[in-house]
Amino acid sequence: MNAAEKSNGMAPTYIVYVVILAMAFFQVLFAILAGPRLVPMLILAFVQASLAVNYFMHLKQERPSLFLALIPYTLFVLFMMNMIWSDSFRLLHMRSLAK
Amino acid sequence: MSQANLAVDPHLGTMETKPFAIPSSKLVMWLFIISDAVTFGALLFAYGYLRNASPDWPTPFESASIWNSLLMTFILVTSSLTVLIALKAEQEDDRARAFRWVIVTAALGVLFTALHLREWMDLIGKGVRTFQNPWGSPMFGATFFAITGLHMAHVVGGVVALIATGLIYKAGRYSAKHIEILALYWHFVDLVWMFVVPLVYLMNMKR
Repeated sequence: MNAAEKSNGMAPTYIVYVVILAMAFFQVLFAILAGPRLVPMLILAFVQASLAVNYFMHLKQERPSLFLALIPYTLFVLFMMNMIWSDSFRLLHMRSLAK
Repeated sequence: MSQANLAVDPHLGTMETKPFAIPSSKLVMWLFIISDAVTFGALLFAYGYLRNASPDWPTPFESASIWNSLLMTFILVTSSLTVLIALKAEQEDDRARAFRWVIVTAALGVLFTALHLREWMDLIGKGVRTFQNPWGSPMFGATFFAITGLHMAHVVGGVVALIATGLIYKAGRYSAKHIEILALYWHFVDLVWMFVVPLVYLMNMKR
């Protein structure tokens, strides 16, 4: 039995669909009213993405080993990309690498 | 392992059990998705690097573009729902209905691409090119067209795959498994867009 077959009807899918759209609307409204703020908007995007992965892509209904084999390593790789920021700030202030 | 099973398939005894209890083709799609996620992640980080390092980074998106991006989000998320409805119809052995919903999903993908191209044409009309624009850092166009262009290529590829898979499925040569694997890809395209909107559109909103 595949993951989609294990799902109990479409009701949770419709709820997640509405929640994701509501969050997208809130994100835009927040940006227009309060100005773009990176961290709150990224948090909202991560929540939207996790809902989509768990309920649209049915990862929640697969074996936990699949989740463990895929997600932590992807997040780790993306996390390690944060090492670029120090050089980005150096470039902003045009400081020499050599002191 | 019984002797009867070995008699049916002599390789059965040497085959390992599937570690994640999913078909190999589905596992391959998951592996493609995580590698593609890292590709998009690298592009978005490169964009962030350049944006942060450029004091004159342009913020050209007016409210019309922002609402347009919200409309595009609505279309893409709805297309994720329609592909799930197609999958549900397939599980109920209603091939005709499943095919119709696959085509609805593809049509939503075409609509998304049309809106995106309209956005591109609007920016090109204002003088934005890959390495120049009238407002500030010339890298704005390069990053915008690279990120949204790669995403649009994924949508177009998904539309072609949806139509092809839908037709083969309608002919009876594909099963629910194929629709489900394609649906995984389509949801991923949706997922990437959830990060493109805040980082590329909302952060570059005109103030």
